[in-house]
Amino acid sequence: MTQTTMRVWRGDESGGAFHNYTVAAEEGEVVLDVIHRVQATQANDLAVRWNCKAGKCGSCSAEVNGLPRLMCMTRMNVFPEGQPITVAPMKTFPIIRDLVTDVSFNYEMAKQVPPFQPKPREADGTHRMMQEDIDRVQEFHKCIECFMCQNVCHVIRDHEENKRHFAGPRMFIRYAELEMHPLDTNDRRSLLREGAGLGYCNITKCCTEVCPEHITITDNAIIPLKERVVDVRYDPIAWLGRKIRRR
Amino acid sequence: MAEYETHEFDVIVVGAGGAGLRAAVEASAAGVRTALVCKSLLGKAHTVMAEGGIAAAMGNVYPEDNWRVHFRDTMRGGKLLNNWRMAQLHAQEAPERVLELEEWGALFDRTDDGLILQRDFGGHRYARLAHVGDRTGLEMIRTLQHNAVQQGIDVFMECTVTRLLKDGDRVAGAFAYWRESGKFVLFKAPAVVLATGGIGKAYKITSNSWEYTGDGHALALWAGADLIDMEFVQFHPTGMVWPPSVRGILVTEGVRGDGGVLTNSKGERFMFRYIPEMFRAETADTEEEADRWYTDKKGARRTPDLLPRDEVARAINAEVKEGRGTPHGGVFLDIASRKDAEYIKRRLPSMYHQFRELADVNITKEPMEVGPTAHYMMGGVRVDADTQASTITGLFAAGEVAAGLHGANRLGGNSLSDLVVFGRRAGQYAAEYAKQFQGVPRVDDGEVDAVARSALAPFGRTGGENPYAIQQDLQECMHTLVGIIRTEDELAKALEELAALKERATRVSVEGHRQYNPGWHLALDLEPLLAVSECITLAARERRESRGAQTRDDYPKTDPELAKVNVVLRKRGDTVSVTQEPLPAWPEELRKLVEEA
Repeated sequence: MTQTTMRVWRGDESGGAFHNYTVAAEEGEVVLDVIHRVQATQANDLAVRWNCKAGKCGSCSAEVNGLPRLMCMTRMNVFPEGQPITVAPMKTFPIIRDLVTDVSFNYEMAKQVPPFQPKPREADGTHRMMQEDIDRVQEFHKCIECFMCQNVCHVIRDHEENKRHFAGPRMFIRYAELEMHPLDTNDRRSLLREGAGLGYCNITKCCTEVCPEHITITDNAIIPLKERVVDVRYDPIAWLGRKIRRR
Repeated sequence: MAEYETHEFDVIVVGAGGAGLRAAVEASAAGVRTALVCKSLLGKAHTVMAEGGIAAAMGNVYPEDNWRVHFRDTMRGGKLLNNWRMAQLHAQEAPERVLELEEWGALFDRTDDGLILQRDFGGHRYARLAHVGDRTGLEMIRTLQHNAVQQGIDVFMECTVTRLLKDGDRVAGAFAYWRESGKFVLFKAPAVVLATGGIGKAYKITSNSWEYTGDGHALALWAGADLIDMEFVQFHPTGMVWPPSVRGILVTEGVRGDGGVLTNSKGERFMFRYIPEMFRAETADTEEEADRWYTDKKGARRTPDLLPRDEVARAINAEVKEGRGTPHGGVFLDIASRKDAEYIKRRLPSMYHQFRELADVNITKEPMEVGPTAHYMMGGVRVDADTQASTITGLFAAGEVAAGLHGANRLGGNSLSDLVVFGRRAGQYAAEYAKQFQGVPRVDDGEVDAVARSALAPFGRTGGENPYAIQQDLQECMHTLVGIIRTEDELAKALEELAALKERATRVSVEGHRQYNPGWHLALDLEPLLAVSECITLAARERRESRGAQTRDDYPKTDPELAKVNVVLRKRGDTVSVTQEPLPAWPEELRKLVEEA
């Protein structure tokens, strides 16, 4: 068992500071184990959000040594021995307490997504879809809503004012999974362009880099969405079609 | 007087996993004012961790499959202690519930002709589990979550219910606190649906998250409702065993369903030595036949690696005890030598990821080390099969917190189907009850005040017991004395220890203030944890036989008399009474289905 110094940010919306805790770390442990040991033995009221401790629920996102990570999937042995490990809350969201942030922004954005509208079932009561046709949507369904992509997205990380009209990478995946769903009949393109702020994204791929599920957010979701939005907006034939139908 | 905010609804659903979400969606669609109250953020409930799939006799892979076979498998898996009517409804309605999830946007893996693919699992005669790789629960919870959001259901996230409130004999609401602010909330409602999941955090090694502290079980008990089958705690045979910090994390049964086998340190496929009489006729007795079964369901019998979970957990326990375990005290689960890397990564992506990241094991190259982990509570609130109504008027329960469907042992895959079949029914009947309810439920202000004061008591003490230490001691006690194998002496000792822990819990103190204070939250969670631990121990002592998940070293055989009863627990005054009550009588034609070979 080795002793490690954990520098944990503690405080609330009015401010806070890093506190040092010297704590034992056992073989094979992850950052969340050590945070739990601090909590159980030195700071009972240390606030941290977590659920599954297996990388499946996306609750324990934090910034560990400055990088967004799931604490439950970050092994202690990835850090150099003998040096303190810094654990801070996600920066993009308002602080509630210690490592817990107010992520309600994401839930508000989710409410704005126009729902799934399936085409009717086939005569035998089923929907037939080929695996090849759903592979790309299943990639998006892997999202565990850890919101780390939202956290690193510079459109909102450093610009609180953009949150009102920018849904963020997590929601773009959601839009993409609906738009590319073989059964869906709804059209979300105008909302994407106007309300959800797809145009703000300038494809720096920060979101893709941090995704713990390795979803290729930018290449597979955001860029195809941008193409679709552009198509509907600037395609002269589609434009003519709209004009004619309107008559 | 305590300060609290008050909300009035028609139906309150406590818990937002699969059952709670499905209940809320149904109640809301029926046009009643519905609230969903959950301890975590929406979409993080334990359902998210379900891996292998949802059992439904759709017959997409084997057209021979139908609800009767599913019913039979469920009853036999539960050692016939199941509520037959629940098992029937479940088998009949599961396929439509799966199609409904698809209708709401879920994308299950497909067969070659574009239908929902189904996989093999323990105790199911045919490949029956609709799935999405090994993350089926995530698909399900997200689908239901989106649906609930679209309906505009009021969701109270990170809000923990600590008491149900009654108006005479009827439910009148629930008392809760916001985890974020520590402030109190009073919900007034004629109907409450409990969908709080299980009790795994009473055990040291568990696949369950922090939320599983038996809240719904305890809330129902305290409100005077009957609990049944509390002796049946399922230990999933395959949890991770190394490194220590991940001990207990689930390894899906899908590994075996997709071709993986269990071996001991001598390289023996030991399951062939543990085939019980009940399953002998339908289980392969040679490795050759077992391997052939994966592709030939008619000409070969099923592999013993896929016996029901209680059998496999006991077998692993015995192998380790007899010195044939792995270096870290488990057995090997090997798919690497049987399937190619591409197949394993496609079928079991999260298992691949989980072992690589957390244990430095590449499951496409090496075997996994696995051992039993506390996983699922078969017992819980006694409910009416059709309506999910408890024995208290206005109180409903669905999912893991409700009892009956699984009897003495649950089959893998039957939990996700349970959630949607009975979540829907609970929502429907809770809404119906609320609609015909006249007037406003009356809540006793004095009672609310007392509950609030007791919740704040840990702040008033200094230098008292550490809640984390008490939870740790409780987990140790349940693990060593009320675990997989039980005896009269150990159960008696457990009751003594639990009494001492209860006393210590009255002296618990917490530091800091009410805002997002996990120490305080745990102090409050200790109450239901201790209550359910006592119930498990009392019921385990009452059932002096071995059946399903209950293994008594001192009563190793089944007792035909105990095959006819549920163990029922009721709170009367300050004590919990334990009685044996007859199982519901079941129709002859269904009995015949089960007895057929």
